[in-house]
Amino acid sequence: MTEEIVEILRRDARTTPEEIAAMLGRSAADVARAIRKLERDGVILRYRAVINEEALAAAAGRVRALIEVRTTPQKNVGFDRIAERIYRFPEVKSCSLLSGGYDLLLVVEGRDLQQIGNFVAEKLAPMENVQGTVTHFLLKKYKEDGDILVRRPRDRRLAVTP
Amino acid sequence: MKPNLKITRRVTEMPPSGIRAFFDLVMGMEDVISLGVGEPDFDTPWRIRETGIYSIEQGCTSYTSNKGLLELRVAIADFLRQRHGLRYDPEEEILVTVGVSEALDLAVRALLDRGDRVLVPQPCFVSYAPMVSLAGGEPIIVETDERHGFRLSPSLLRARAARSARGLILNYPCNPTGVSYVKAELEALARLFRGTGLVVLSDEIYDELTYEGEHVAFPSLPGMRERTIYLNGFSKSFAMTGWRIGYAAGPRDVIAAMTKIHQYSIMSAPTTGQFAACEALRRGRSDVLEMKREYARRRGLVHARLNAMGLSCARPEGAFYIFPSIRSTGLDSMTFSRRLLEEEKVAVVPGTAFGRCGEGYIRISYASSAENLREAMDRIGRFTERVRGGT
Repeated sequence: MTEEIVEILRRDARTTPEEIAAMLGRSAADVARAIRKLERDGVILRYRAVINEEALAAAAGRVRALIEVRTTPQKNVGFDRIAERIYRFPEVKSCSLLSGGYDLLLVVEGRDLQQIGNFVAEKLAPMENVQGTVTHFLLKKYKEDGDILVRRPRDRRLAVTP
Repeated sequence: MKPNLKITRRVTEMPPSGIRAFFDLVMGMEDVISLGVGEPDFDTPWRIRETGIYSIEQGCTSYTSNKGLLELRVAIADFLRQRHGLRYDPEEEILVTVGVSEALDLAVRALLDRGDRVLVPQPCFVSYAPMVSLAGGEPIIVETDERHGFRLSPSLLRARAARSARGLILNYPCNPTGVSYVKAELEALARLFRGTGLVVLSDEIYDELTYEGEHVAFPSLPGMRERTIYLNGFSKSFAMTGWRIGYAAGPRDVIAAMTKIHQYSIMSAPTTGQFAACEALRRGRSDVLEMKREYARRRGLVHARLNAMGLSCARPEGAFYIFPSIRSTGLDSMTFSRRLLEEEKVAVVPGTAFGRCGEGYIRISYASSAENLREAMDRIGRFTERVRGGT
């Protein structure tokens, strides 16, 4: 049941325990209990809206960049310490360790190109154990985490069919 | 001299579809939430669409063999064997058609002589009885009722089947009731049929959308394969309604006769759709399961909400329809549906569109997003309360 609850909430966090219970044929109390446990266990961290940044960008004027970071791993802690030094900056929206030609992939957000450029030049690149960075500015996002960001056309079906 | 455009009696005597009038009403309105749609709200899974596009790019734009691409018929035979334990020869016992509608039309035209009787259980899909009539047959309506869960049973059929009906149109999971049958129920029907010459036209287009247990294909029951024309297609389970691809599987003589009509009237089913359908059977299963899971959840949601507002209904076992009783509102089906549309902008289909015994019910399709369903249920709840309050 837990897996299904997570899937339903991932799709629409506003689905109430009562509705989930109806969907899954369980009692609302059972569902509410399972959700509380998910929250307590840190599986569900929080509930938030999925924003089409592209549609918002004009108003908010934010810029995003993907930054590849090559680093030198450190004895005993590997990449964890350098990763932490980097991801603690609020500009860093996400940070992952990858296999392949570089080590960390960051998503960094800023007011404009300049601000991201400054972050890279002043904070990231000079950091001890950072060997090099490659910055890719994000031009257009088509799909994000399963959601296609292009506005969906309205229902094209005939309104009433047998 | 003026040309004689007189329309045949066959056609003029045919009642217009009960849905048509309602459709016109809905089309004149804006911002309607429609729960009157008899097709999936999902687009065809991308891998299937992309295969169709690729086939066009490759220039696969000619007719196929009359019976359909052999590749597709082989894939259908494999599917029927793996899913239902059925063995059909893709060369001679499977015909690819323009949706199940054409397959059914061919079957009745191939099997019925003038006046041959066909049992048509109702409430049912709107075209069964007219198709039988157009083929020269005589539809014999068998009414099912809510007291028996709108289920077909041997006791309901016995008397009529004995009156030398040629055929029976079976449809499960059922549009509009959502009823399906477990093996024991089907076996009881099969036992009855064994003592008759009845041919079963089994429309199992919603087979993959079965939420309780596993769908049992009618021809998989002992002794039923040789008397069943099995009808299925891609429209519902793969969300491919617009591609118009269905098929019939059955005894070779009947398939041969159906093919004969098909080659004169249709030639072959749409080629692009046939290529897409191959991909659907090859790799579309996970997409089907994902859509089915979503329908199952909406079903739970709608079932709970309708019963809570006093529009009682059984939990549908399959398809994506639910058939609640609206008797408690004191309105007839048409008035309920019309007023609901006018006052709350929610479109449903009056139960009478599916047969006289659909009076007192409406068909709600839950092939609509959870948000839409939630909003529609709020509106229906508001409406029924107002009606019961007498305003």
